[in-house]
Amino acid sequence: MPEAKTVTLNMGPQHPSTHGVLRVEVELDGETVVKARPVIGYLHTGIEKTMESKLYYKAIPCTDRMDYLAPMSNNLGFCLAVEKLMEIEVPEKVKWARVCLTELTRIASHLVWLGTHALDIGAMSMLLYTFRERELIIDVYEACAGQRMMSTYFRIGGLAHELPRDFEKKIRTILKVIPERMKDYEALLTNNQIFINRTKGVAVISADDAINWSLSGPMLRGSGVKHDLRKANPYSAYEKFDFEIATGTNGDAYDRYLLRLKEIRQSLRIVQQALDGMPEGPYRAHVPGVVLPPKEDVLHKMESMIFHFKIITEGFKAPKGQVYQAIEAPKGELGFFISSDGSNKPNRVRVRPPSFINLAALPALVEGRLFADVVVAIGSIDIVLGEVDR
Amino acid sequence: MDIRQQVRDFLTQRFANVIVSEDNFRDQQSFTIRVDGLFDLCQALYDSDLDIKYLADITSVDWYGDTEEANGRFQVIYNLYSLKFQYRFFLKVRLPADKPEIQSLTPLWNGANWLEREVWDLMGIVFIGHPDLTKILTPDDLEGHPLRRDFPLTYEVPQFSWNKDAPPEVIK
Repeated sequence: MPEAKTVTLNMGPQHPSTHGVLRVEVELDGETVVKARPVIGYLHTGIEKTMESKLYYKAIPCTDRMDYLAPMSNNLGFCLAVEKLMEIEVPEKVKWARVCLTELTRIASHLVWLGTHALDIGAMSMLLYTFRERELIIDVYEACAGQRMMSTYFRIGGLAHELPRDFEKKIRTILKVIPERMKDYEALLTNNQIFINRTKGVAVISADDAINWSLSGPMLRGSGVKHDLRKANPYSAYEKFDFEIATGTNGDAYDRYLLRLKEIRQSLRIVQQALDGMPEGPYRAHVPGVVLPPKEDVLHKMESMIFHFKIITEGFKAPKGQVYQAIEAPKGELGFFISSDGSNKPNRVRVRPPSFINLAALPALVEGRLFADVVVAIGSIDIVLGEVDR
Repeated sequence: MDIRQQVRDFLTQRFANVIVSEDNFRDQQSFTIRVDGLFDLCQALYDSDLDIKYLADITSVDWYGDTEEANGRFQVIYNLYSLKFQYRFFLKVRLPADKPEIQSLTPLWNGANWLEREVWDLMGIVFIGHPDLTKILTPDDLEGHPLRRDFPLTYEVPQFSWNKDAPPEVIK
């Protein structure tokens, strides 16, 4: 009998460092990974299929449940796609409020990433600190939408409610606290020799490979490709904000760590600008029959009440056609493709999930490397299995 | 010359017999093309000055039961992006219900691997030349392709201690 040279090891789906239910079949030669094959689908709930059977409004709550660490980004992507399909122009204030909230979401998502990634590598205390700061942002969600995780705050053509009274105060606190705390994170990790040894030169991907693997977000920028949809194809008034695209050079896990910290700083800048320059105005567009009228009007005006009733019960008919709207979510390019057949429900909703496509490149990151680096690679991709499997 | 016109010129000059129609719905350029010309066209775009090196997405639509079905039941949509020009456009291919087969783009893009697997798993479109066309999202014992319009959206009654002996009830 020939002697087996390699060992196949099953990592996950309950392994804590796989961030949920990811399974990786790893073929090992000693400590070296010969072949890695991610196996997904354990969380597949058919969200795309579910959205097909719902009216456009009622599909919004499905979107938060994909990337549950960045609910506002998902809401924004879907609402922008429907607004594009229906040719709705939203008020300026809505755009700014959306930018403000999605950037806070980016910070929250990156904080969770930082905590869990450091935890995977062995820096356990980071998780406690980053979750402490994330709490401040979750409080803003709660003040806005009443929900702490699945906020579902954006509506087609606007927001669910007026911004809360203490919105500005809460965010000013965040703007003050997080830069201070980030100094602590950097003190703990950036020059930490163990952290550097574990991440520098690990999970490397070159710029050309990153493009060929269709990577997006920090995975692409970490390799030095200066591509950010907020700058390249601005949406929701991003062209009015002043910020820089952070890029890495080496395309390794350490660069992606530095890059995400830079992104948090840039996001804070954008939030600051959004707060300072927040225009006055209505919180929803006035498009009778398509956009829900404000709640105050529903209670006092007969016409608004009729429209409200009609939109909730039978929805609105969308024109026949196909639209695609991509946004720069914390994890990369999040796109919503809506194919409408002219009825009040979408014929097909496709989500371009950044985590799913970034995870596909995992074999390219780990093959030929040590087994312990698989954990670092999975962590530095920043996946949310809810979005990978949908 | 703007990039929209450049893409149009490039495709109509070199692939006039492959392009069926062009559509600019909501300011998004998309070309419906013939199924047999897809790979050569993508290869040419990849190598051209237009620098179409980024395959953002592959998706599919089922037009079952719609008036559109006459043109071919399935539609596969390729979402291409030029990082140099920061420009996005779409290639759309129609496939008949009895032979949903199309050339795989994996030789050009590694990123196409999982995207094509997903389309195969959920919509049942066969990608010829794909190195590993296996299920990716649905359970191994599931028959059929859930995103097809004739696949019913069902609800299975959850099992608790009080109904654990009853056969699983599926409501259609």
